[in-house]
Amino acid sequence: MKKVYANANEALDGVLSDGMLIAAGGFGLCGIPELLLEAIKEAGVQNLTFVSNNAGVDDFGIGILLQTRQVKRMISSYVGENAEFMRQYLSGELELEFNPQGTLAERMRAGGAGIPGFYTKTGVGTVIAEGKEHKDFNGETYIMEEGIFADLAIVKAWKADETGNLIFRKTARNFNVPAATCGKICVAEVEEIVPTGSLDPDAIHLPGIYVHRLVQGQHEKRIEQRTIRKKEDA
Amino acid sequence: MPQDIKGWDRNQMAARAAEELEDGMYVNLGIGIPTLVANYVGDKDITLQSENGMLGMGPFPFEGEEDPDLINAGKQTITELRRTAYFDSATSFAMIRGGKIAAAILGAMEVDEKGDLANWMIPGKLVKGMGGAMDLVAGVGRVIVVMDHTNKHGDSKVLQECTLPLTGQGVVDRIITNLGVLDVVEGGLKIVDLADGVSEDEMRAATQATIVG
Repeated sequence: MKKVYANANEALDGVLSDGMLIAAGGFGLCGIPELLLEAIKEAGVQNLTFVSNNAGVDDFGIGILLQTRQVKRMISSYVGENAEFMRQYLSGELELEFNPQGTLAERMRAGGAGIPGFYTKTGVGTVIAEGKEHKDFNGETYIMEEGIFADLAIVKAWKADETGNLIFRKTARNFNVPAATCGKICVAEVEEIVPTGSLDPDAIHLPGIYVHRLVQGQHEKRIEQRTIRKKEDA
Repeated sequence: MPQDIKGWDRNQMAARAAEELEDGMYVNLGIGIPTLVANYVGDKDITLQSENGMLGMGPFPFEGEEDPDLINAGKQTITELRRTAYFDSATSFAMIRGGKIAAAILGAMEVDEKGDLANWMIPGKLVKGMGGAMDLVAGVGRVIVVMDHTNKHGDSKVLQECTLPLTGQGVVDRIITNLGVLDVVEGGLKIVDLADGVSEDEMRAATQATIVG
C-alpha cells in the first residue's frame, strides 16, 4: 500500500467533504499541519467542524480557513490569539465549544482507542459540567466526557518512513498524537520522509497503523511569541 | 504599582511562593507572577512541567537560538535542559489528572473561603478559553494561588463566595497575595503569614472571606 503523496492537495484528494469533523494537531502555531490546512483552503470544502486546541492566528493555521468562512464550528481550549475568530464568534457566524485542554486531549485519545466515554474530575462544579452525567467513585464526583471520532485527522510530524511511522520533534508533538489516532483517516505532513528501515523502531512516537497518507514539504514554522534572554543575564 | 498598595511586590510574592516548593518536586507554573517563581527556587531541585508536552523546562533562548518546535504553554520560545523529556498532550494531562504533578502555582481573578477558584472568564467580556487551568486545579497535588489581594477598584479578591464562573470547586490549598499568606481550612481562611509592614487588622479589612483562628 502506497502512503506517500506528491503534495498536500493530492494527499487530501477524495477524503474531504462539506460538513465533516476534522481533528487537527498543534499547540498554538507549534506543530500545526500548515500545508494540509492550506490545501483544505484550496479545496474549498465548507461547514467544517475543527477539533483543535487553538484556532491559529489571522493569517496562519486554522485562521486561513476562518478568512474564507469554511469553518462552522470549533472545539478548542483556548482561542485568544485570533481577531477574525473573535469577530465571527461574537457575530454568531461561528460556533464554539470550549473544552478544558486535558479533556480535549483525552477525548481524542479515547476516540482513537475505541472508548466512547470516560469520567474525569476536570470541570466538576463549573459550567463545563452542566448537562453532563455525574458519578461518584470512592467519594469523589466525576463527570462523563465523550470520546471524539473524527472523519479526518490532519497532523504534522518531523520525520516519517514510507510506511507512516512518525517521529515528532520537541514540543511540536503536542496534540498531533491524540489527533492522529481519532481520525477515520489520518493524513500526516512531515519535514522529511526517509526510507523504510532507517528509523529506529524503538524511537517511533506514532506507529504507521494510524497514518494513512503522507506528504513531505517545506514548513514555515512560524513563532508566535519570540522570547529571548541576553547573554549577560546568563 | 499604585502607592496605596501595601506589602509585597510581584517579585516578593514570587519569592514567597518559591518557599512552598520542596526538593524533588515536579511543578507547573502559570502565566504572570507564577512564572517569576522559577527565579527564586535557588538550589532546590525542581522540575518544571509545561502542559503542552515537556518536563524540565529551561530558560528563554539566547537571540538567534529560538526554535519554533520548542515553546512553553504560553507559546513563548524556551530551551531544554539535560533532564528534559517530551511527550504528547494526552500524556501531559494524564500526569496532571493522575496527580503526578506535586503543585501548580496559578494566578486568579477571585478565590473564596471554600477553595473555589475563578480565573478564566468574565461574563460579558471576551472569553479566550480555559486552556489547561481546569485540568491543573482538578488534578495536581497542591494548588497555590498567587495574586493581588484586591482589584484595581480596591475590592477584595478573597471572597466568601466567588462571583465569576469557576475554574474549579474546592481546589485551592494556599493563597499568596501582596498582603500575606492564607490557607483554606475548615470554616474559612487561616492567616499563615503577613507581608512586611502589613498588620493583621489590615489583612482582615482587605479580606471579604471569613478568617478563622
